[in-house]
Order: sequence, then structure tokens, then C-alpha cells
Amino acid sequence: MASVETHAEAAARFVRDDARVHWHDQAVWFVRQKRDVASRAVPDWEALRERAEAIKAHTLSNLSAYLEEFERNATRLGAVVHWARDAEEHNQIVHGLLAEHGVRLLVKSKSMLTEECHLNPYLEARGIEVVDTDLGERIVQLDHKPPSHIVMPAIHMKREEIGELFHATLGTERGLTDPKALTERARRHLREKFMTARAGLTGVNFGIAETGGLVVVTNEGNADMGTSLPPLHVASMGIEKIVPRAADLGVFLRLLARSATGQPVSTYTSHFHGPRRGSALHVVVVDNGRSALLARTGFRRALACIRCGACLNTCPVYRRSGGYSYSWIIPGPIGSTLAPARDAGAHASLPFASSLCGSCSDVCPVRIDLHHQLLGWRREIVARGLLPPGKRAAMAFASWAFRGRRRYELLGRLGRWFLRTLPGLAGALGRGWTRERELPPAPRESFRDVYRRTRVQS
Amino acid sequence: MSSRDRILAAVRGAQPAPVPHPGVEGLGARFPDPVAKFAEMVAAVGGACLRADDLASADRALRELPVHREARRIASLVPGVGAATFDPAVIDDPHGLDGLDLCVLPAELGVAENGAVWIDVRKLPHQALFVIPEHLAVVVRAASIVHDMHEAYARIDHGKGFQLFLSGPSKTADIEQALVIGAHGARSCTVLVVGGAG
Amino acid sequence: MVTVALFVPCHVDQLYPQVGMAALKVLERHGVKVEFPEDQTCCGQPMANSGCAEEARPLAERFLSVFGGYEYVVAPSGSCVSMVRNHYPDLLPASDELESVRRRTLELCEFLTDVLHVERVEGRFPHRVGLHRSCHGLRELRLSSGSERNVPAFDKVKGLLSGLEGITLLEPSRPDECCGFGGTFAVNEAPVSTLMGKDRLADHERMGAEIITGVDASCLMHLDGLIRRAGKSIRVRHVAELLAGEA
Repeated sequence: MASVETHAEAAARFVRDDARVHWHDQAVWFVRQKRDVASRAVPDWEALRERAEAIKAHTLSNLSAYLEEFERNATRLGAVVHWARDAEEHNQIVHGLLAEHGVRLLVKSKSMLTEECHLNPYLEARGIEVVDTDLGERIVQLDHKPPSHIVMPAIHMKREEIGELFHATLGTERGLTDPKALTERARRHLREKFMTARAGLTGVNFGIAETGGLVVVTNEGNADMGTSLPPLHVASMGIEKIVPRAADLGVFLRLLARSATGQPVSTYTSHFHGPRRGSALHVVVVDNGRSALLARTGFRRALACIRCGACLNTCPVYRRSGGYSYSWIIPGPIGSTLAPARDAGAHASLPFASSLCGSCSDVCPVRIDLHHQLLGWRREIVARGLLPPGKRAAMAFASWAFRGRRRYELLGRLGRWFLRTLPGLAGALGRGWTRERELPPAPRESFRDVYRRTRVQS
Repeated sequence: MSSRDRILAAVRGAQPAPVPHPGVEGLGARFPDPVAKFAEMVAAVGGACLRADDLASADRALRELPVHREARRIASLVPGVGAATFDPAVIDDPHGLDGLDLCVLPAELGVAENGAVWIDVRKLPHQALFVIPEHLAVVVRAASIVHDMHEAYARIDHGKGFQLFLSGPSKTADIEQALVIGAHGARSCTVLVVGGAG
Repeated sequence: MVTVALFVPCHVDQLYPQVGMAALKVLERHGVKVEFPEDQTCCGQPMANSGCAEEARPLAERFLSVFGGYEYVVAPSGSCVSMVRNHYPDLLPASDELESVRRRTLELCEFLTDVLHVERVEGRFPHRVGLHRSCHGLRELRLSSGSERNVPAFDKVKGLLSGLEGITLLEPSRPDECCGFGGTFAVNEAPVSTLMGKDRLADHERMGAEIITGVDASCLMHLDGLIRRAGKSIRVRHVAELLAGEA
């Protein structure tokens, strides 16, 4: 099995371009700042977060009943509900529906679930053209790359690069870099696709158990263009997207856009209750590891995620390493706790791609204890023997050293002597530290030496 | 065993001990003048907000706007507002709505905290009418403006069909975080608030 | 008279003894009887943060037995105190002893503010001081309100420092972004870690700080390493040193 590049390796490359990493960091930090302004304009913000957390906790504790209620109500309205245990089954179901309806061109709005399932290549291999219609997603699709952020897929690209890309793929004029002009060209290009597509696929932000409705949220209106013209709407929904009642949406919608972009609400918050007259609505309810995560006491709270991206924007490590440094399709703090649940071996570096600063946990609109979960994954990774052996041995030695006062004091004294006397060697052994930092000064006396000398009466 | 049964069994086995639903009471925003706040927020989300005493003056105000004067194809789903050039109900295929310059739509309510309007698309002859036109004008009664989303959800019915919250024109900031109005949907959204606050 | 056991983190004991002595002085000046239990070694944070729970557990048990009998346990460190209060439950089974020690273990500034109700620390510190809000103290001990949450503003550390005569307290433009130390993160992800540290330093320099202060010597060690490699004139000093009047 090919080894996956660790976050540390990928991030080391990303930071080499100093100007670029600062540009990326500043661009994403700007979104965090907008989120702050929006959250401070809501006096009951912290109460909303607590309520959202509690609604999600209640929902997850009663999920099977809510899923059944959702299915009953959605079916009653004329939607067809399918169930997919894994990515492969999801792709098969979606392909089956498209094939049945003779679809050659599918327009798709943002769905991290479909990225997780690798739906696009699956359909393309079977002769279906898939067009991602969110502007950021279309940009990375044309660039043959995955999104680097769950809300702003092309945040890593500069306007000049997007201009070059559009020139190469859409035939726009060389040197066209104005975002307004580029967006206009994308509008026309994608309008053609909306007009000719015979199916639209969306994700689902919230599935309402009480009513059987689907809520899909966008700023661009691409999910709506893609579902108000073609005769087939396929909606892919993870099992954790259920909310019990329509009234609960008041809580989540007051949090979502403010957390994601700093807007008071997204432009289009579309409520689908049954298919459009004369067309079909198929909902594919997907597990793909979610029920397994639900069973994990220490990690199940990650299922509350409403995919706002606030944790990415606040994460000082994400901002300085970019989405492509992460081995999972969702990067940043939430990705780093979801990924090891799927494959701890492949994603072992992700929980360590964090200084555990805790900012993510404080911006999460549903109060997932993200940084605490990352620490929990570190314990799990060590327990499974996935930590490099040298590191474990070093910790075992340190633990032994700290378990006896005299040996601790002796080793401390030796260590300081070594730092003072052989700093070059110490530096060479500790290149991880000394490549860019001086070693700490090594005093002749420890605190306890000074204390004994000055304070303890013999 | 079907996938459905397997998934539900797995979820049943995995879900934690039940904790109660906390309810949604005791939350929300209150504004001294919700209609003024609504107008402020419509502008903040990239829309334009005009007040009018009644439908007739809303109509007059709308016709003055460049977006109406420059429009060649106009549809109106609000009788008496806008100089409609055709009736979208007579076309079968919504694809034919592409190129509609301006559409006037009714909204059931407005939300002061975020400048959104709730549009009952079930009342419209085509679902595409809120997203395919180049420009939108939305008519909402001042008396129907609520403070926040909680109040909105308390009033909305969720029967069969499509409805949405619409907040301003279509927009994106996907290119270098530069805000661009008019991504795939309407390039502008003018909200006409009719009547007194009630 | 309040009796306190001084908990001196291993890195303070070995590398920054002056911070431990400053904390001792500050406590004594406020009428506290301070004891230093010599059997203490390390709270186990480096092991715990690396996911090595097995290696951390015996150190947590040792901590409880060394500090179990004291009225209060006070440390000049946000991260070590957070380890005891917030992370020992991950390592040790629930017990009265654990609960008791957790409740009584405090960081120096929160002890002064919340237990001794100190409003002003007497002393002079006529310097331009940049506040570095170390993450564990901030977000796990809630030493201040933080930039992320919509709560009434408070700051126990700033509150104490602002009483020092002549001090000019400066906020960096990103008031509480992480410095990038993060324990083994500093070495495992050194490029990102050092970049984060350099960005912090640049922010403080732009604000005109002469001295950067914080409650965690580990953060300061990382920043100091970058400062000395770059030959910068900005300095680092632990909050305990400022409160003890040591420039």
C-alpha cells in the first residue's frame, strides 16, 4: 500500500513559499474575523451554541427513530428514499438512477459526502459528465483538484491562477483576472450546463424528520438552478444530517452562515418537501462509517458537525498549511477527527497536526470538543501501536525518569550540563528544535537547587 | 437483510442513551423597529429595500428603477406590481424562462435579523422563477416582518412543495474572497415593503 | 494564613528557575505560606499530549500523592494546571482524591484573583509589554474571555499586570492566536510551529512591545528561541517575573 504523505511533510512544503503562506493565512483569517463580527451582533450567541449542541445530542441519541420518521414523511410527500451502507453502494444507487433516467450530464451542488464517496470519478468512468456548479468547486474541478476548504473550495488560488485556468479551459481572454468578470464568464458557462442537464444532484444541509423535508443552503443559487429545471433531483444525505423538527432550524440557521462566512444567513435556504411537479426526487441516505462513529463514546460528538468551516478558518495550522496538506477530503480540525475514525493508520498524522490551542472548539457552532477529540485520537493511535517506535520509547524513558525524584534531579543536572557544555552536539541531536530556534539557556542551578540553597534551613 | 435494515440496526446499536430535546424557547433577537432593521439587513446582504404605503405606490416605485426600465421581459406574480410583458403560467417548460429580465414575486414574511424573505414557491407556476431571472423584485407586507428565524419558523407551514428563505441577490466570494453579486441567480434583489408595521 | 504547595513545572524547575522563585516571592508578598514538596517531578503533560496515556498515568498518580494533602496547589503555568484540572480525568478513574486535587490546583494569576481577591499587585514595571495569551490558560482555564466567544470581557492576567506602576500593556492584532509551541508539535511540525512563532513575534513588534509576557514558560521558551536566533531585541518574561518586579 502506498504510504500517504504525512501532514508534517506536506505542510513543510507549503510553508516554504513565505509570501504565499502569509497570503493564504491572511485570506482565511479574514473569514474568521467576519465570523467574529457576525457572532458579536447576536446577543444570545453562546446560548444558541449550547442549544444547538443539545439538539444534536438529543438527535443522535434517538437517530434511528428520526431516520424512520424522516423516511415515512419524505415518502408520503412523493420522494423515494434509498439507503446506502457505504460509498460504493451510494455511487451505485446514484448511477442507477441516472442511467434509468438517461442522464448524460449531471449538475451537482456542493456535497462533501459525494467527495467522500468519490462520486465524480465513478460517474465519469461510466460515461456521465459531472459538472460541479458551485463556482469554487467548478474552479477546482477544472483544475483537476479536490476542494481545499469545505466552504471556499478555491481559497488557495489567486485570481491570476484562476484567470489562467479559465483561459485554458473556458476560452476566456488571457490576462482576465477581475473576479467580477471571471464570475460572469462562469455564470454563462454554467447557465448552459443548467439548461441542458437532465438531473441535478445536491447534498443536504438538514433533513427534517418531522416533515420529511430537505434543506439545502447556498449563496450562489446553484443548487436551485440545478433542481428547478431538470426532471430528476438526487439528494445525497449523511445519516447525521437529520434534525427532529422544522423549528430546530431556527437555531441552526442563525448559527450556520454567521459561523461560515460572517453573513447573517445564506442567500438561498431552500426547503424541498417532495418532488417538483412533473419531476422525481430521490434521497440517498448514507451511512459510510457514520454509525460506527456514533458507537464511539469519545468521538461521536463530531457527528454534530454542520459543515460551516469555522474551525478551519480559526486554525492557525490549517491557515499555514492549506487543505491539501491533509490526507482526508475534509481538512482542518473537524477533518482531523473524522478521518482517523475511518482509517487511523492512513490518517495517523492528522491528530498531531495541531498545537491543541483549542480555538476550534470555541468557534464551533455546535460546540464539538474538537481539540479534546484530537487528543483522544492521539491516545488511540498510540494504543494501536501506530506511533513511530522512537517516539514511544522516548516517552517511556521520560516517564521512568520522572518517576523517581533522585533520578529526575540527576538526569536534569546531566541534561543541563550537556546543554551548557556541548551545545553544538545538543543542537545537532535536536535539529527539530534547533533548525530555526536557539536552545533554551541551561542554568547551573535548577529551581529546587536555588530553593534549597536560599530557603531551606539546614 | 436490506441496507436500510442494516443501517437502522447499526444506528440503534450505536446511539447513546436518550437525552431530552431542549426545546427552542428562550432564544431570539428583538429589535425596537423590526421593519427598519429588516431594511438595514436587506442592504447588508446586497439587496435594496424600498418602503411603499400600498401596492399601487410599490408599483410606481418599481417602475422608476433602472432594473425595471431596462427590462425587456418582465413577469409579475403580484397583481398590480410591475409592468408584466408575459404570463409565465402559459409556458409549460421552465427552460423558457431563461432570459427573463425581471420577476416580481410575493413573500409571505420577512425576517428582520437577516433581511430574508420567505417565498412560498408552491404558489408560483414554476419553481425556477426565484432563481432563473436576471433580477428579482419581492413584495412583502411590513406587518409580516418578524424579528428572527424562530418567529419565522413558528409561522411557516411545511406542507408539500418548495419554499425558501431568500436573502438578497445571488452572490459568491469564491475568487480571493472578493464579493461578487450575481453568481447563478438574480443579479439584484429589490424588496418592496408595503404598508405600515401593524 | 493560606498555605500553598508550590507546583513548579519540570521545565521551569530545570530551565527557568527564576520563574519559580518569582512565583514564590509573589505568593509570599501576599501573605501566603508556601511549601515546595520536593518529591514533585512532572505532571505528565508531554506524555499525555503525545497520546502516551500509559506513560502519563503513573505521573498523574504521583502528582496526586505528592500534592494530595495541601489546601491549594499553585503553579506558574496555565498548561500544567490545565493538565491536572482538565486532563487527569482522561487518565485516572474518578475518585474523591482526584476531584479534591483538581479543585484545589490553580494557576498563579487565577489564584491571586479568585482566591486571594487581589485587585492590585504592588510594584513597578515601566516597560512596553505585549500580552501573549497562552492557549491552555486561556481556553481551558478561562484566564480571560478570549476572542472567539461572545461573553462579557474579562482578563485575570491583564487585570493583575495593569496595576503595575509604569506598565504599558499592548495587545497584538491577533489577540490570542497560538504561538505554535504545542509541546511535541514544536518538533514534529517544526516548519509550521516556527512560522506561527515568527508571526506572533512580528505582531508584537509591530505593536511596539519591548517585552512579551505570558503564563507559560514553554510558549516563552519557543518565542525566545526564535528571538535569539534572529538576533531581535524584544525579550520574553514570565508573568510571575513581572508581578515580582523583575525586569
